[in-house]
Amino acid sequence: MALLEVKNLDVTLATNRGPARAVRNLSFELDRGQTLGIVGESGCGKSMTALALLGLLPENGTTSGNIILDGQDLLTLDEDAMCDVRGNRISMIFQEPMTSLNPLHTIGRQVTEPMLIHQGLGLDDARAEAVRLLERVGIASAAQRLDSYPHQLSGGQRQRVMIAMALSCKPDVLIADEPTTALDVTIQGQILDLIADLVDETGMSLILISHDLGVIAETVDRVLVMYGGAGVETGPTASLFEHLAHPYTQGLFAAVPRLGSGARRGEGARLSTIPGLVPDLVDLPGGCTFAERCSISDGACAGTVPDVHAVGDEAGHDVACLKPAEAKALFAGKEGTA
Amino acid sequence: MSDRAPEQVSENRVLAAFSLMLRYRNFVIGAGLTGLVIVSAFLSTVWTPHSAVKLDIRNRTQLPSWENWLGTDHLGRDILSMIMVGAQNSLIVGIVAVSIGVIIGVGLGLWAASQRGWVEELVMRFSDFTFAFPAVLSAIMITAILGPGAVNSILAIGIFNIPVFARIARGAANAIWTREFIMAARAAGKGNFRITVEHVLPNITSVIVVQATISFAVAILAEAALSYLGIGTQPPEPSWGRMLNDAQTYITMKPYLAIFPGMAIFLAVLGLNMLGDGLRDILDPRLTRGR
Repeated sequence: MALLEVKNLDVTLATNRGPARAVRNLSFELDRGQTLGIVGESGCGKSMTALALLGLLPENGTTSGNIILDGQDLLTLDEDAMCDVRGNRISMIFQEPMTSLNPLHTIGRQVTEPMLIHQGLGLDDARAEAVRLLERVGIASAAQRLDSYPHQLSGGQRQRVMIAMALSCKPDVLIADEPTTALDVTIQGQILDLIADLVDETGMSLILISHDLGVIAETVDRVLVMYGGAGVETGPTASLFEHLAHPYTQGLFAAVPRLGSGARRGEGARLSTIPGLVPDLVDLPGGCTFAERCSISDGACAGTVPDVHAVGDEAGHDVACLKPAEAKALFAGKEGTA
Repeated sequence: MSDRAPEQVSENRVLAAFSLMLRYRNFVIGAGLTGLVIVSAFLSTVWTPHSAVKLDIRNRTQLPSWENWLGTDHLGRDILSMIMVGAQNSLIVGIVAVSIGVIIGVGLGLWAASQRGWVEELVMRFSDFTFAFPAVLSAIMITAILGPGAVNSILAIGIFNIPVFARIARGAANAIWTREFIMAARAAGKGNFRITVEHVLPNITSVIVVQATISFAVAILAEAALSYLGIGTQPPEPSWGRMLNDAQTYITMKPYLAIFPGMAIFLAVLGLNMLGDGLRDILDPRLTRGR
């Protein structure tokens, strides 16, 4: 049985203009030790999904569906029970290490706190464990750093501290929401390697949220591509990058800038974009939400909700598209010109 | 050269201290004036030039002299001594009234910010309701219900302070609640109460401290006003407001009877306000950077 099973998850945010459907009918599974990447543009529902898993949606948010962790539906738990899950069984690393630490508390206090809350460790044990964790995440002279304040650390060091905090209670699932976006490139690789190593060592599962396909390709076993609040394609990383079965996935992939890609073809180096804008979540189109921006869509796409089709030979690679054959041809065409 | 160095260093230190004082002159002047009030209040518990309550009818309404530095009032009491003892009174009123406001008000404000929804609405509408009455008017109303006296006037001023602190605490706390480290704390499994005590409260302390100094000044003014109207501190206990009231009859003939207690109120309030401004400059450097 999967460790984490998300079934038909819906997240609706009440706004002035009516309900915004931030996540629609999203389902995925995560086995113990497995790593899942969630990709998509800003506002596609990636972060909302993560917050829904922790029960930390904004006040105007409501959820339906099931989030089953180890046989228990998290959506049925009350606030106290959820506090026991957060930081203990599911931990989260945030995008902004500069602001995710309380400026008034020492590093030691912030790293030991989850252990004091969830594991009932004594202060001395918790501090010893904090030193071990900080050393593991690569903080030099960790014992002295316990008494440092966040402003005395660099961005990369702070993100390491955040990781140490998230790992302190040996969670089953670690959610990393764009953990490297705010860091400079040289540090990004180190942090991703660290996260990957820690996942191997501890056997926890990882949900890595990113808009950076490079990050996703290197780090995770499976990928879920989200668009307009729904999953449009999911599959094992290798198979997904091989087939790129959904026109949106193709567009996302093509939009990654590559050095010299245009020049080789004798064109100006113009970056590839997906035409149009992300759909308005308050006023979603009836059928396929990507239809307006899709080059192979026709009248049927705008009116029909797409079914899920299997893609390729590997099990578990699915795409939600009404025209899988055309999408495949489109991908083949792109491959030809590249 | 080498034997001149220490002298230079000490000179530089004096200069540095002086320039720091100049930079935070509000704080320095405010702290000085407030300190003067505090020192005279404490000093008056062990020593005053004369008794603050003993009558000496033969020497009434004397001009300032070597014997009575600030003169004597209409019953021959030494005005300097009365002002010193009156400072005790003002300090106690300020401390207790501000404490009532801070403890209950900040508690309510933090509660409102952590619960949101109807709790927040309720607390804030209660604040609005209390705010609709001017400070002194509501104090008069409360003493009218509870009866005159020092304790009741303290209570009245304290009650008025509750919504002031509730509002400030809620506003500051709401701003903190949107910060990312709060989300991180929630993701670490902390409940609302823990987050409020460990993360929100420490981050709004500077705002509360500044408001407390300013409310202190308001409390002193309100106490003086209540005592002036005769529903605050009761005689023979000296109080700055009462002294003004007593002096009123003689204002055209012996204006100094009113001037000295008036000056005491003025300097105490000015000092506290400048202290509050200075503290804000020091505790919240972001506000001053633009100047």
